[in-house]
Amino acid sequence: MQHLLKATTFLVAAALAAPAFAQDDGGRLDIVVQPEPPGLMLGLVQNGPTQLVAGDIFESLLRYDTDLVPGPSLAKSWEISDDGLVYTFHLQEGVKWHDGEPFSADDVVFSADVFLRETHARLRASLAYVDKIEAPDANTVVFTLKEPFGPFINAFETGTMPIVPKHIYEGTDFANNPANATPIGTGPFKFDKWEKGSYIHLVKNEDYYIDGLPHLDEVFYRVIPDAAARAVAFETGEVDVLPGGSVENWDIPRLAAMDNVCTTGKGWEFFAPHAWMWLNNREGPTADKRFRQAVMYAMDREFMKDVVWNGYGKVATSPVSSRTNFYSDDTTMYNHDPEKAKALLAEMGYDGTEVRLLPLPYGETWQRWAEAVRQNLSEVGINVQIDSTDVAGWNEKTANWDYDMAFTYLYQYGDPALGVSRNYTADRIKKGSPWNNVEGYDNPELDAKWAAAATMVKPEDRAKIYAEIQKEIVDDVPVAWMQELEFPTIYRCNVQDLVTTGIGINDGPRNAWIKK
Amino acid sequence: MWKRFRSNIGAMVGVAILLAVILIAVCAPLIYPHGPWQMVQRPFLPPMSVDGLPLGTDTLGRNVAAQLAYGAQVSLLVGLVSTIVALLIGVPLGAVAGFYGNWVDEGAMRFTEFFQTIPNFALAIVLVAIFEPTLASITLAIAIVSWPPVARLVRAEVMSVRKREFVDAATLAGLSRPKILITQVLPNTVSPIIVMASLMVATAILLESSLSFLGLGDPNAMSWGYMIGAARTVIRTSWWLSFFPGIAIVLTVLALNLIGEGLNDALNPHLSRKGRA
Repeated sequence: MQHLLKATTFLVAAALAAPAFAQDDGGRLDIVVQPEPPGLMLGLVQNGPTQLVAGDIFESLLRYDTDLVPGPSLAKSWEISDDGLVYTFHLQEGVKWHDGEPFSADDVVFSADVFLRETHARLRASLAYVDKIEAPDANTVVFTLKEPFGPFINAFETGTMPIVPKHIYEGTDFANNPANATPIGTGPFKFDKWEKGSYIHLVKNEDYYIDGLPHLDEVFYRVIPDAAARAVAFETGEVDVLPGGSVENWDIPRLAAMDNVCTTGKGWEFFAPHAWMWLNNREGPTADKRFRQAVMYAMDREFMKDVVWNGYGKVATSPVSSRTNFYSDDTTMYNHDPEKAKALLAEMGYDGTEVRLLPLPYGETWQRWAEAVRQNLSEVGINVQIDSTDVAGWNEKTANWDYDMAFTYLYQYGDPALGVSRNYTADRIKKGSPWNNVEGYDNPELDAKWAAAATMVKPEDRAKIYAEIQKEIVDDVPVAWMQELEFPTIYRCNVQDLVTTGIGINDGPRNAWIKK
Repeated sequence: MWKRFRSNIGAMVGVAILLAVILIAVCAPLIYPHGPWQMVQRPFLPPMSVDGLPLGTDTLGRNVAAQLAYGAQVSLLVGLVSTIVALLIGVPLGAVAGFYGNWVDEGAMRFTEFFQTIPNFALAIVLVAIFEPTLASITLAIAIVSWPPVARLVRAEVMSVRKREFVDAATLAGLSRPKILITQVLPNTVSPIIVMASLMVATAILLESSLSFLGLGDPNAMSWGYMIGAARTVIRTSWWLSFFPGIAIVLTVLALNLIGEGLNDALNPHLSRKGRA
């Protein structure tokens, strides 16, 4: 059979373009994970590497494609009432946990209402809108909200609401449950072995509830601490997949040019990492709106994207990423216009006061980015000094507002109410955190709009308000939006269907198969 | 003495290289008025591929030649100033210890040993990490790790000189102790100090480059070590980004060493090796 398939492939390929065939089963995939995750129990830890590996072990009710349209996962179908208050999920039948116990609606209620409410800060914020979670029967779960919350439909992603086994965790100390070391989920792959500092081994879940999935026999997540060593491991064929951010940007074109190597920028839509510079709205030149606008005009962000990021990504024109819902392009566009920047600076009477710029201490790319910004700003007469710092220092300085301009980037989680408004509303101005409204932007009128848009039922209504917000906030320039970051995934071309969702490799191996 | 130095070919080559580096450093703002950070062309242009960019461009399309020229300023400045500061600490301490002896000597030498027991480079890294990396803090850190050998050398020299007859003569003539130290003893120790200082400048340049290479340089000052550090990740695709600053460091340090050796031969003719004029 396999020979026949191979022969046919060859014939057709020789005659025509690439043919579409039935997926091949079997094989193993080696994926780089960087850095090594602190743990794999997704209900307890949700940092990047954990999500990457545990996204194969755990599942949630829904999955989201690269346009962020929800699709079935543990829920095969769902309904939302017209008033936006009742979410009813019908679960898949015949689902088993990896230890053989049957999965039911009770597990979902336990996970969302008990376990994650205690352990998952980001989900807790969304659950604040939830009045009750019930299981009328073994295959149905109903979430009833106190008031409509538009982004709630995005809360059923694996990393946001991983469903954990009730029979293992109920009544235990979640953080210290011995089962955390050998996580039990419902996903397409089971945990097998974790050789610390070397690899994590997952094997196929033979009892997976979708026939024919997964195709792969096993997945190895390889821990390789050095960026250059990761590039070499890919070159020598030791690993098949380099998830976004595994290698330095300048290595990407070289690796992408190799035979049988493909790259894709997809698979980050749900996170939509958005980079900007905090501009201190409280004091110094950056407190003046004209100065902040001048900063925007002075920068050649197109150039920075092409050179610093090797062309990956897109210049950000608004606080909302164009890859998520509710982005509006009806805003002021800040093109590279040094003359306009100079005029604005002259108007405000900028006297050459030194402005400190804090780069993100995440390696060469970010350092070069800060240097390019400093050069652009100095060309219009802004006196910029780069402060050097480490991660701890960066956290400390931004969290305590001891900066003039500071690079950062944050995830958007598919909806402005989840990942955008937190950086611009006055109630999020709090010393001590580098993730909230660090710039100190205070606009009560917009605060009301952000709040209204979050609790509207109809997406059209929300879109209208968000467009209004974007139009106004872009003129205020509370922060200097830089770029919608893109972290290309590099993989061997014979690995098929690897990135099919908005969270990319995190749940990619479920559908992936290796062409023989 | 100048005659002896001049006849030393190695030393003269060293002087020539050093003068060239100084000239480039001084002229940098004239040749490249826009500074070393300006992005002038496409990134990663190899040397000689585009007119006006003989050494190519770096990761951001900045002119490598301009970076080298401005890097020379930083290297020379840090080398020179940190050496002067180290001498200002080491010479008085060593002189006092060697001249007065007894508990002064004991105290000063224990203090010096305290610094000598900590590895130079590790101490420099710690110092720079504590203060934020700026040119001033880097210079100071290098000075702090390089003065102990000076103190040791000066002490030894002073101890041998203070036993000489002319010191006794000065004492009999009624000169005070401090005055004897400054006017009679110290001038006789100058030549080894000069030799050592020239070598210290070289060491300081290397130290600064190493710190910058590790990312502990002043982010607002272009230096050779920074260039190599930034080029490290692209060494396989763009050799010229680390090669030219590397050559610059080698040549400058070599020149200083040659000069140091030449000075040594010229100032201590009795110690000069046989077969050499």
